[in-house]
Amino acid sequence: MTNFDLAVVGGGPAGMAAALKAHEEGIEKIVVLERAETLGGILEQCIHTGFGLHYFGEELSGPEYAGRFIKLLENTNIVVKTDTMVLDIAEDNTVTAVNKTDGLLKISAKAVVLAMGCRERPRGALSIAGSRGSGIMTAGTAQKYVNIDGYMPGHEVVILGSGDIGLIMARRMTLEGAKVKMVCELMPYSGGLTRNIVQCLEDFNIPLKLSTTVVATHGKDRLEGVTIAKVDEKLQPIKGTEEYVPCDTLMLSVGLIPENELSKNAGLTLDRITNGPKVDEYRETEHKGVFACGNVLQVHDLVDYVTEESQIAGLGAAKFIKGEKISGDCIETCGINGVRYIVPQRINRETDTDVKLYFRVGAVFKNAAIVVEANGETILSKKKKKLCPGEMEYVLIKKDVIANLPKDSVITVRVEA
Amino acid sequence: MEKRELVCVACPLGCGITVTLGDSGEVLDVTGNTCKRGDAYARSECTAPTRSLTTTVRVEGGKAYVVPVKSAGPVPKGMMFDCMKVINEASIKAPVKIGDVVIKNILGTGVDIVATNNAE
Repeated sequence: MTNFDLAVVGGGPAGMAAALKAHEEGIEKIVVLERAETLGGILEQCIHTGFGLHYFGEELSGPEYAGRFIKLLENTNIVVKTDTMVLDIAEDNTVTAVNKTDGLLKISAKAVVLAMGCRERPRGALSIAGSRGSGIMTAGTAQKYVNIDGYMPGHEVVILGSGDIGLIMARRMTLEGAKVKMVCELMPYSGGLTRNIVQCLEDFNIPLKLSTTVVATHGKDRLEGVTIAKVDEKLQPIKGTEEYVPCDTLMLSVGLIPENELSKNAGLTLDRITNGPKVDEYRETEHKGVFACGNVLQVHDLVDYVTEESQIAGLGAAKFIKGEKISGDCIETCGINGVRYIVPQRINRETDTDVKLYFRVGAVFKNAAIVVEANGETILSKKKKKLCPGEMEYVLIKKDVIANLPKDSVITVRVEA
Repeated sequence: MEKRELVCVACPLGCGITVTLGDSGEVLDVTGNTCKRGDAYARSECTAPTRSLTTTVRVEGGKAYVVPVKSAGPVPKGMMFDCMKVINEASIKAPVKIGDVVIKNILGTGVDIVATNNAE
């Protein structure tokens, strides 16, 4: 058994920021456990720019953004174990992991930060008829093939799902000489950032087909084509709108799922909407001393926000280790009328910090207001030109406001159209 | 006079911008942007559009197959595919450090192609 103050599971942007923040707060013995060969997480394959505008005030590529944190980490005494797979987190915060050099590792930690990130929803989660020939893959897998392994997975591409990874890959494949025939999106709006629709699709005249899905794949050993169809308001394919599109590659960008196997095994309940653990304002889960941040907690659009959230978790973990973290009566938060979820799900009434409530809306709203209420009274109201599901929003609640709310209050956030 | 609606790509906010153009295509007015970068983007987009280019370059004699690169500044939008051709014919010897110049002054644009990751 090795003793640490803090064990961080995952060495992507979330894990690195949490570890660095805790270190900055004076926590001495920190270990970061990373499954891959290097730190950096998914940023290593995100070679496009657009990272860091909020946090660093400049536009960086994924590896450059990760590189800055890796460099900071290397200048500390934080222990980094790569190629290391965490198997279990026990009730007493003992972390069991395994790697080639140490064999089985037992780490006793005062606090744990969960920063395992997320993974892509695979084909199996969709009901597309057809055989299982090669040429069907998630957009992130294709991204790894092209950007890390240096080879092209196909020449004629259809992309299903207009999330950011799908849009980025449409441009990437086009630049490398492939023909991207179209991006199909089940919903009547895109799930990606507007800027990516402009610079990844419009720049290259790639059609974005909204309310359209892939209903069948064709080809035995290798994909030869797909059948697409329009969908109705219930998202069901409309008979008679089917169209055959020849292609050798189908890329799926149909959503991300927080990777919470460890959290579930540790007995944490997950929020049914975010698929991440339920947390308080310092991102402490229901399990004392276990914190969560980054895409394992909620899927983010911008890594800058992951960094911000992970610093909150790192600070929370440091406070917990030093015995300074407030933990008492909590006020719950709840998204209603167009607001799908809120992170954090609860706030300590006697909290020592102002709290940002992060949320996503369930549909596109124009010229709407975000209204925050508790006990029938409006805490704040904020006008918004545009709200869309693809972009995370937040409202800031002052700690005095929270302290003045009666016990058992619920803070609700809603959209007023 | 002509009005053009743009979505700014300078940052992930994606502000909607309206540009008023004169008869000979000169920019008369920019509205809707929320920062200076948006103003600059709108003006350049209507006169000489540019984009930053990110891709990979083959690595020789290293553990990695490719290393990611970017254009150190924006290149003319119309030259993206020509730049890709040059980059795909190039290679760099390992080890590579972030910031290493892979191709100097690509196609006379005055813009360097630089590595954005280390490669052993």
